[in-house]
Amino acid sequence: MNKIKTFKELEEFRNKIINNRKNNTSTIVVCGGTGCKASRSKDVIDALKKEINQQGISESVHLRTTGCHGFCEQGPLVVIEPKNIFYCHVSPDDAEEIISKTIQNNETIERLLYIDPVTGKTIETETEVPFYKSQDRQILSQNRQVDPCSIDDYIAIGGYNALGKALLDISPQSIVQEVIDSGLRGRGGGGFPTGRKWAECREAPGNEKYVICNADEGDPGAYMDRCVLEGNPHLVLEGMIIGAWAIGANQGYIYVRNEYPLAVENVRIAVKQARDLGLLGENIFGTSFSFDIEIARGGGAFVCGESTALMASLEGRVGEPRPKDVHTVIDGLWHKPTTLNNVETWANIPNIIQKGSSFFASKGSKGSKGTKILALTGCIKNTGLVEVEMGTPIKTVVYDIGGGAPKGKNIKAVQTGGPSGGCIPVDKFDLPLDFDALYDAGSMIGSGGVVVMDENTCMVDVAKYFLNFLQDESCGKCVPCRLGVDRMLEIITEISDGRGKLEHISLLEELGETISYTALCGLGKTAANAVTSTLNYFKEEYEAHIKDKKCPAGVCQELISYSIDPENCTGCGVCLRGCPHEAITGEKKKVHSINLELCQKCGICRSECKFEAIIVN
Amino acid sequence: MSKTSIDSILEGRRSQPNQLIEVLQDIQEKYGYISEENMFTVSKELGMPVIDVYSVASFYKAFSLKPRGKNVITICTGTACHVRGAKLILNQASGQLGISSGEMTDDGQFTVEHVNCIGACALAPVVTENDTCHHHMTPGKLRKLIKSIQKKDTEEVANE
Repeated sequence: MNKIKTFKELEEFRNKIINNRKNNTSTIVVCGGTGCKASRSKDVIDALKKEINQQGISESVHLRTTGCHGFCEQGPLVVIEPKNIFYCHVSPDDAEEIISKTIQNNETIERLLYIDPVTGKTIETETEVPFYKSQDRQILSQNRQVDPCSIDDYIAIGGYNALGKALLDISPQSIVQEVIDSGLRGRGGGGFPTGRKWAECREAPGNEKYVICNADEGDPGAYMDRCVLEGNPHLVLEGMIIGAWAIGANQGYIYVRNEYPLAVENVRIAVKQARDLGLLGENIFGTSFSFDIEIARGGGAFVCGESTALMASLEGRVGEPRPKDVHTVIDGLWHKPTTLNNVETWANIPNIIQKGSSFFASKGSKGSKGTKILALTGCIKNTGLVEVEMGTPIKTVVYDIGGGAPKGKNIKAVQTGGPSGGCIPVDKFDLPLDFDALYDAGSMIGSGGVVVMDENTCMVDVAKYFLNFLQDESCGKCVPCRLGVDRMLEIITEISDGRGKLEHISLLEELGETISYTALCGLGKTAANAVTSTLNYFKEEYEAHIKDKKCPAGVCQELISYSIDPENCTGCGVCLRGCPHEAITGEKKKVHSINLELCQKCGICRSECKFEAIIVN
Repeated sequence: MSKTSIDSILEGRRSQPNQLIEVLQDIQEKYGYISEENMFTVSKELGMPVIDVYSVASFYKAFSLKPRGKNVITICTGTACHVRGAKLILNQASGQLGISSGEMTDDGQFTVEHVNCIGACALAPVVTENDTCHHHMTPGKLRKLIKSIQKKDTEEVANE
C-alpha cells in the first residue's frame, strides 16, 4: 500500500473509498461490541452474510460489523441505513426476513422494533429511541459508522483530517493552546486540565519524551474506554499522534487491560494499518515528525490505573505508585517527560482540532467542558453507555435516558466514580454531573461509572463491597492504605454482622479522614469515600444495623434468616433442586421447609422461587 | 514443560527486563499458569534476579502460580454485577463444586475465580466460562451450565 504523504493524497484516498461504495444502496450495521457479542451477535452476522449471498444482492448491500452502540441491554442490535431502521434482540433466524423484507422490499418488521417501556409505543428509527434522543454523542456516534478493523471506514468519515490539519497548518504551541482553550479535563477520573499537562510536558527539558494512553480501565462498573478502544481505535490513535506532535514525543504506549481481549486485538490491527499508510512511523505526512506506538497489556492490577504505577508496570516492574513531588510530565516513564491521558481524553482531541476549541467549550458546565461518556448500569431499565453534555442533571440520566428502575421499584441512590467515588441519594438527583458538583457532594464523576441502586441494595453492604475491593487491590506500599482500609473493613464487617457499636461510626469517620490525608496515591486518598458518603447520606441504615440488629434491605447475611411461606409455596421443588447446600426438604406438591442449621443464607432459593414463597426475616 | 517450549515466547525479548510482564502474559496464556521452572528460565534469559520475576508474577492478578482447572469459571464481581446479585452466582458456583473462589476441584476439571470487572456491566451479572461470556446469569442458569460441562467432559472421557 502506498503511504500517504500529503493532505491531498489523503483527500484522494478518501474519494476513492467513497467512490468504490457508491453502488451500495443500503448498509446493514450489526453491533459486534462486547455486549452484543455476548448476546451472540456473531451468529446474526454469519446468518446475514449467508442470506445476502443466497439472495444475490452482495453487490448493492454492505454489511458492517461495528463496535458498541451503547444500548447493550437490547442486543444484538441491527441498524439498516440509510433509513436508520432500528432492530433489537435480533436472532440468526431473523436474517432471512430482514434481507427479503427490509432490504429488498423496504418493509419494516414490526416484531423486531423497539418498544418504549414508558409509553408502550413502537419505535421505528434509531434517532427516535428515547435512550439515544436525550444524548449528545460526540464520540460514541462514530462507533456506528466504522468497522473498527477498517481504516478505510474511518478515513471515509473524515478520519485523520485533524491530524493533517495539526501537522501541516498549526504549530505545536498553537495546538497546546487550543487544548488549553477548550477546557478539556482528564476523563480518567482526576479531571486535571489536559492542556496544562501538555504545556508543562512540552516545556520540560529533554529531547526524549513519551505519550501514554491509559486504557487500564479498572473501575468496576465503567466500560467506556473499552467501548471506544474496541469500536473506534483510530480515533484514539489520531488523538495520540496529534498530542505527540504538540508535545514533541516520538514514542507512545497504549497500556490496555488484558481482560479486554477484543480491545487489544482491534488496537493492534489499527496500529498496523496506520503504519502501512504512513500515519505512524517515519516522516508522517511528509514532515520531519516521526512517531510510533507500542501496545502493552496490563497485568490486572487496579492500582496500575494510577499514572506512576502504570509507568512502573510499563517498565516491567511491580505496579506501585511513587510520590508525585516531581510530576510525571517532567520525570515520567524511564525518567523522561511523559504525558499520560485516558482513552476518552485522547478521543476528544481530533474533534477539538477539527471543530475548534470554542465548539468544544460551548458544551458543558462552567468548570467542566464538553461531553462525558457514562456507563449507566445497575438497577435500571435501560443500561448501556450514555454520552451527555457535562453538567446534565443526574435525574435526566437516570429517568429520561435510563427509564427508571425496573419492576416499579424505588431508586435509592447512584454510585458514581467507582471505588474512589461515593453514593449520592435520590433527593440530590438535581445535581449536575460534572467534576466540581459531584466532588462537593462527597463523590466524584471519576471515569463515568453510574451504578443505580434500588431499595433492595443495602448501603452498609455497598460500603463493605468497596472496602473489600480496595483491600484486595491496595498495592501495600503505604501504611495508611494497607492497614487503614483493613481496619475499616474489620469495623464495617462487625456492623454488618450485627456486632456493631455506636462509637464505630465516629471511629470510621476519623479513620477515613486520616487515610485521605496520609495515603500515598489517589487510590488510597479516596479509599474512604464509599464509607464517608454512605455515612453522610444513609446514617439511619448504619444505625439500624447497630441498634436494632436489622438490615432494612434484607441483604446482610448475619442479620437475616430465610423461611418458606406455606401460603405461597406450591411444592414445585425448584428451591430444593437449586439449594447447593441441601438445606431444603419437602415432598412434591407439599409445602417445603428450610433446615436452618444447614442454611448458608446465600439467597439462591429466593432468587429462584417464582411464587415469592421464600421470606426474609 | 521443557525449557525449549518457552523459546518462542522469549524470542526477541532476551536480556530485556522491561519485557518481563509481556513474557509472563504469554506464558500464562499458553500454559494457564507460571511454573517455578519457567520463572527460573525467564530470570536467566531476561537477565534479572528470580526474586524480581517472582515479585511481578505474584503481584499481578493476571498470573496464576498454580495450575488451573480444565474449565475456568470466572464470576464478575464488579459493582454493576454486585448490585444485581453476583454474590448469589459466586455462592452457586462454590456450593455446587465444593470449592472457594481461586481454588481448583480435586479432579482438575474446574477452577472458580472472581474478577473485579470485565466491562460488560450492562449485561450484569456476567460469568465467563473459559472464553465464552454468559450474561444475565442466575444461579439456575449457572447450575445448568456447570452440569452441561460436566456431562460433556464425562462423555469425552467415555469416548476415549
